[in-house]
Amino acid sequence: MDLFKLFNKGEGNNSKDIAKERLQLLLIHDRANVSPQFLEMIKGEIMNVITDYIEIDETGLEFKLTRTKRDSDNSTVPALVANIPIKKMKENIR
Amino acid sequence: MGEVIVITSGKGGVGKTTTTANIGTGLALEGKSVVLLDADIGLRNLDVVMGLENRIVYDLVDVIDGICRMKQALIKDKRYPNLYLMPAAQTKDKNAVTPEQMLKLTKDLAEEYDYILVDCPAGIEQGFKNAIVGANRSIVVTTPEVSAVRDADRIIGLLEANGLKNPQLIINRVKIDMVRRGDMMNIDDMVDILAIDLLGVIPDDEYIVVSTNRGEPAISDSKSLAGQAYKNIVKRILGENVPFMSLDSEEGFMARLAKAFGFRRK
Repeated sequence: MDLFKLFNKGEGNNSKDIAKERLQLLLIHDRANVSPQFLEMIKGEIMNVITDYIEIDETGLEFKLTRTKRDSDNSTVPALVANIPIKKMKENIR
Repeated sequence: MGEVIVITSGKGGVGKTTTTANIGTGLALEGKSVVLLDADIGLRNLDVVMGLENRIVYDLVDVIDGICRMKQALIKDKRYPNLYLMPAAQTKDKNAVTPEQMLKLTKDLAEEYDYILVDCPAGIEQGFKNAIVGANRSIVVTTPEVSAVRDADRIIGLLEANGLKNPQLIINRVKIDMVRRGDMMNIDDMVDILAIDLLGVIPDDEYIVVSTNRGEPAISDSKSLAGQAYKNIVKRILGENVPFMSLDSEEGFMARLAKAFGFRRK
């Protein structure tokens, strides 16, 4: 049994995972040229609207700037991606 | 009409010049006429990597200033068919040339040669703007390090903002052992982060130092692993579909890598 391997198995323990995570965070702000506060502000406003209609799971919330391929011409464009897990629709409003 | 390809990276020291030299030599070996254009005015190096430093008479700035004709500044590399180098000026700085002048020069070259490879200086200032202005295709070189990837990302954004859609990625100096240990980002990680098409992966290879010492591009030596990787890139540039090697698997990895590069281990 390789002890070294045992310690190295878990996701997030490797230094390359740390590098990737740091880069992903860093690039959000590099790409958008916006501060984390600005992103938080947009996130807050979008959440305000959504929570009027839907009950969401705030722990699984993901909100990031990234790059994606556009379908029409396959060129890369910046994209704001929000992953909002829904708990349930608010009954009183429907 | 030839194709103008700019090789860029943002960060210095990741292998732009080595990449330019090897791809250019590879294209010439495939029968194309190629001009290597050193756009790094003030810090030229493509001449030494190619081993042509003793043959410089005129340079890019001389052509632009009208001191000599275009062909007088083109050094023919006698070792390969149809390979030429236009050196950068060493005593001027990047502001000696304007984007309009560079655009005209690359256009004139593209009328006579199949491929113009522009070796872009590090940075995002005037030299970068000059290097990309005439390009219709772009290659971004990076290494699996946080700083290099960050700069590559910035460069990709700038290329796209300047109308160079679909830049292609070369990941240089990949250390297979470190990737296997999880101490270096792998190819999937990098493509995932940068979200552009992969053109090639160059394994870290001591032979690159040897070939630079000698002034002979690694691609001309069949013993060099990096040289083989550059050969694959050249084929992809010419439209061939060459499969990528896998860097993730653990067992028999070196054997499979060697196979991917066309080596047989005894």
